[in-house]
Amino acid sequence: MNLTINIGKLKLKNPVMTASGTFGYGEEYSEFVDLNKLGAIVVKGISIKPKEGNPPPRICETSCGMLNSIGLQNMGVKEFLKTKLPYIRKYDTKLIVNILGNTIQEYVKLSGTLDDAGVDGIELNVSCPNVKKGGMLFGTDKKMLGKLIRTVRNNVKNSTLITKLSPNVSDIREFAKVAEESGSDAISLINTIPGMAINIKTRKPKIANMIGGLSGPAIKPIAVRMVYEAYTAVKIPIIGIGGIMNYEDAIEFMLAGATAVAAGTANFVNPVATLDIIKGIESFMKENNIMDLKELTGGLRC
Amino acid sequence: MSKYLIAEIKDNRPVNKNHNLLVLDSPGIPETPSPGQFYMVGIEGTNDPLLKRPFSLFREGNGEIHFLYRIKGKGTGLLRQMEKGEKVSLLGPLGNGYPLPPKNITPLLIAGGIGIASLFPLAAKLSDSAILFYGGRTGDELLMLDELKGMVKELIISTDNGSAGKKGTVIDVLNIFLTSNSQLLTSNLLLYACGPSPMLEAVSRVASEKGIKGYISTEGNMACGVGACLSCAVNTKKGYKRVCKEGPVFAIEEIVW
Ligand SMILES: Cc1cc2nc3c(=O)[nH]c(=O)nc-3n(C[C@H](O)[C@H](O)[C@H](O)COP(=O)(O)OP(=O)(O)OC[C@H]3O[C@@H](n4cnc5c(N)ncnc54)[C@H](O)[C@@H]3O)c2cc1C
Ligand SMILES: Cc1cc2nc3c(=O)[nH]c(=O)nc-3n(C[C@H](O)[C@H](O)[C@H](O)COP(=O)(O)O)c2cc1C
Ligand code: FES
Repeated sequence: MNLTINIGKLKLKNPVMTASGTFGYGEEYSEFVDLNKLGAIVVKGISIKPKEGNPPPRICETSCGMLNSIGLQNMGVKEFLKTKLPYIRKYDTKLIVNILGNTIQEYVKLSGTLDDAGVDGIELNVSCPNVKKGGMLFGTDKKMLGKLIRTVRNNVKNSTLITKLSPNVSDIREFAKVAEESGSDAISLINTIPGMAINIKTRKPKIANMIGGLSGPAIKPIAVRMVYEAYTAVKIPIIGIGGIMNYEDAIEFMLAGATAVAAGTANFVNPVATLDIIKGIESFMKENNIMDLKELTGGLRC
Repeated sequence: MSKYLIAEIKDNRPVNKNHNLLVLDSPGIPETPSPGQFYMVGIEGTNDPLLKRPFSLFREGNGEIHFLYRIKGKGTGLLRQMEKGEKVSLLGPLGNGYPLPPKNITPLLIAGGIGIASLFPLAAKLSDSAILFYGGRTGDELLMLDELKGMVKELIISTDNGSAGKKGTVIDVLNIFLTSNSQLLTSNLLLYACGPSPMLEAVSRVASEKGIKGYISTEGNMACGVGACLSCAVNTKKGYKRVCKEGPVFAIEEIVW
C-alpha cells in the first residue's frame, strides 16, 4: 500500500499535515503526537519582526466552528530559526513554514531566509493586507497576487513554494490559475472565512477584533467545493484544508481533487486527530483495495 | 496515564440548582495534578459544542478526578445531562498551578463564585494554615461549605445580598479584614485569588495598595489548551502570555488590567 504523495519536489510519507496556526511549532503537541508519523508540519505564520497579536478575547465558538482573530502573533523569523527550526529538525517529517508580510519585499526577504535555512516548504499566507496598496489583501487581487508569487519564486531555489489561497474571492479558479502561472509549486486552500458573532446581552462582539476567521466543520462544504473548482482549473497539487475532522473528511477532499490534506481546528477537538486520520486512511485503503493513494485524487464520479 | 484519554463518568450530580460535581474514572496511574492546574473536558460524538471546555482540578485520588462546574451555556448545559457510564474526553493536567507559600506565611485565599473550584484543592493542601474569603451573589450559590470549614484555619463568607455571611463583595470583606488586623505584617501574607475578572482586578488593586504579594488564576477563551493556538492571550507586563501554558496562575503584579 502506498501512502506517499508528492508536492512539487517534496515527497511526503503520507498526505496528512497540520494546518498553519493550529499546531504551534510542533513542540506543543509532541506530548500527544509522534511527530515522525506526520506527512508534514506546517507551522504558525512567521513574519520578519515579532508580532504581538490582537487583544483578547481572540476566539469564540460558533455552531460547529469557531471564529479566531489571533492577529498573526509570532516570534519573528530570527527567533524561529534559532529555537524552533532545530527542534522540528530532530523529527523525520517535512517542515513547511507559513509566512506573512505587509509588502512584497517582506515576503521576498522571509522566503529567501527560510530557503537558505533549508526548510522543505514555504507556504505564502496571502490573506494579509498590502500596506503599500491601501491595505488590500494580497490574496484577493489577481495582479497583486501574481506579482507577489513571481517575485518570491525568483528568490526561492530549493524549498517547495505553496500559495495558500483565500476563500474570500468570487472565483477561486482564477486565483488558482494565477498561482500556477506565476510559478507556485502547489496551492493550499482554504484559509478561514471572515465571520462575526455578537453577544446579545452585552451587545458586544464576541471577539475583540469584531471580525474573525471561521474554521472547523462549519466551513467544510465550502472548502470541498473550492478544492473541486480549483482542481478543474490547475494541474499543480492541491492541499485541501477546511473542517477536516476525520479520515472520511480527508478522503472527501481527495476525491474533490486534493493531493494532500491539512487538519486545523480538529487538533483542538482531538489532539491526536492527525494520527487518527492517517490510520483511518490506511484502513479505508485496505477495505477498498486501493493500492496507491494517488488514485483517490480527483476520483469524484459525476 | 496519558495526558489525553477517554474517561468514564462515575457520577455527575447537582450540588445546587446551577452547579454540578462531575466524577470521572481516571484509569492507570495518573500524573498527579497540582492545585490550580486544569483539564480540557470534551463531549464526544458531536461537533456542537465543538471545543473542549477548561475546568480546574477540584479533587483527585482513588482513581478519580472531580470537577465542580457551573452550568453556564451550551457546553456545560449538555454536560449536566450526561449520566454515569457515559464518556467524555479528558486532556490534562494542563497549566502551571499555584506556587505553595513559604513557611510562616499566612495564605489568604480569595474565591469568587465558581473560583472556589480551583482554590479548593489548594485549601486542602495548605491544611489548616489558610484563611479563605469566599463570596457569592447569594447564600445558596456558596458550595461545599461544610468541607471547607474543616479544611481551613478560618472561613469568611460573604454574599452580595447578605443572605449568608457578611453582606458585600469578597473584596469589601478582605479590606475590612486587612484593616482590622493591621498587626499582621503584609510581608507575612500571600494572596491567592480565583474568580471573575472584575474581582481579580480588585484583588490586584488591594495587593498593590497594601503591598501584598500573591497569585491570581486567570481565564481566557481556549481552543487547544496546550499552548499551540494562541487563543487564550492575557496581557502581562512582558506582553501577551498564554493562560493555558504560562498560566493560568500568574503573579498578581504581572497582569496588566
Ligand atoms: C483555566 C480555567 C479553569 C476553569 N475552571 C472552571 C471550573 O473549575 N468550573 C467551572 O464551572 N468553570 C471553570 N472555567 C470556566 C469554564 O470553562 C466555562 O464556564 C465554560 O467553558 C463554559 O462553557 P459553556 O459551553 O457552558 O458556555 P458558553 O458561554 O456557551 O461557551 C462558549 C465558549 O466560550 C468559552 N467560555 C465561556 N465562558 C468561559 C470562561 N469563563 N472562561 C473560559 N472560557 C469560557 C467556552 O469554553 C466556549 O468555547 C474555567 C475556565 C478556565 C479558563
Ligand atoms: C487559531 C487559528 C490560527 C490560524 N493561524 C493561521 C496562520 O498563522 N496562517 C495561516 O495561513 N492560516 C492560519 N489559520 C488557518 C488554518 O490554517 C486553516 O486554513 C483554517 O483554520 C481552516 O482549516 P480548519 O477548518 O481545519 O481549521 C489559523 C486558524 C486558526 C483556527
Ligand atoms: S488555548 Fe491554545 S494557546 Fe492557550
